[in-house]
Amino acid sequence: MPSLPTIQPGDVAEADRASHAGAFDAPAVEAHRDAIVEYCIRLGDDSLILGQRLCEWCGHAPVLEVELSLANLGLDLIGQATFLLDLAGELEGRGRDGDAIAFHRDVLAFRNCLMVEQPNGDFAQTIARQFLFSTYQLALFEALTRSVEPRLAEIAAKAVKEVRYHAELAAQWVVRLGDGTDESRERMIDGLDWFWRFVDELFQMDPIEQALADRGIAVDKAALRGGFDATIAKVLDEATISLPVYPRAVVGGRKGHHSEHLGHLLAVMQYLPRTYPDASW
Amino acid sequence: MSHDWPLWEVFIRARGGLSHKHVGSVHAPDSDLAVRHARDVYTRRMEGVSLWVVKSTDISASDPDDSGPLFAPAEDKVYRHPTFYDIPDVLKHI
Repeated sequence: MPSLPTIQPGDVAEADRASHAGAFDAPAVEAHRDAIVEYCIRLGDDSLILGQRLCEWCGHAPVLEVELSLANLGLDLIGQATFLLDLAGELEGRGRDGDAIAFHRDVLAFRNCLMVEQPNGDFAQTIARQFLFSTYQLALFEALTRSVEPRLAEIAAKAVKEVRYHAELAAQWVVRLGDGTDESRERMIDGLDWFWRFVDELFQMDPIEQALADRGIAVDKAALRGGFDATIAKVLDEATISLPVYPRAVVGGRKGHHSEHLGHLLAVMQYLPRTYPDASW
Repeated sequence: MSHDWPLWEVFIRARGGLSHKHVGSVHAPDSDLAVRHARDVYTRRMEGVSLWVVKSTDISASDPDDSGPLFAPAEDKVYRHPTFYDIPDVLKHI
């Protein structure tokens, strides 16, 4: 784990303004501009963390073709994160760029959903996560292309082509593993079972996003759930496996309540720029 | 794992108007994934606008031992080359 940054007087004032009880909750974001920054960071963190996870397959994938395939997805996601976090830094106006936000921020300040930070597991588990997340992200970015904030709409328009490929590729693998050998089928079912508990969080709205959605800036994610469920059901039907049943959803990533896995991921991801802050390549 | 997957030959059309050209091969369980693997392995740097994959075992090849009878007869027929024409500069791919 990287060490915590020095607490600045501004941070103390911000913490004092926080109106709710939980000590680890993020301070309430009120100003409109802060809300857009927060939204960009949420979207950017999802892409960044999943991109980092996928790149962990480098050197470990079962075959060269799959390795390049997963690395390509990861690089697409890191590209999206660069655009989104750069935009967040620009709107925020505190002199941070995307790199500063990605590499010089501690775990409690990350706003990604819990799904993307989970360990890769085996190949089927990685595919399960990709299938669920990319299906969600495709619907999200398709809707975001109609955002009244032009730069968000532009980023979404570029990303939507990439994500359509991710969603199709992952769905094809779900079908092949699910309707494959006994072992691949079992692993595919286990992978989906593991990740299903993180699905509800993807579509969870809070006052920040709802206010932005009401103004046509953000996407009303709750409205995407029906289409998502239909796509998942169709692919799983083709894969001859049934929908996972998991009783209790886990949420909290958007408030900074992360699983232990994120800290370990950040330790690897942030080590170099934190140890050598002036390094460039 | 790769031992179970058949080999596919990959052909890429670099631009509209050119023919597909052989670039290499990939392993994949079926033709759909072979196209995706070919995309991921061979078109990362905008190498093409179209992909073909063909199962390697579906390609019939000439026998190297027959190369004499197959190719030697063309050696002394220089008049088959269209080298006696002026080709306009605007024609790029001849």
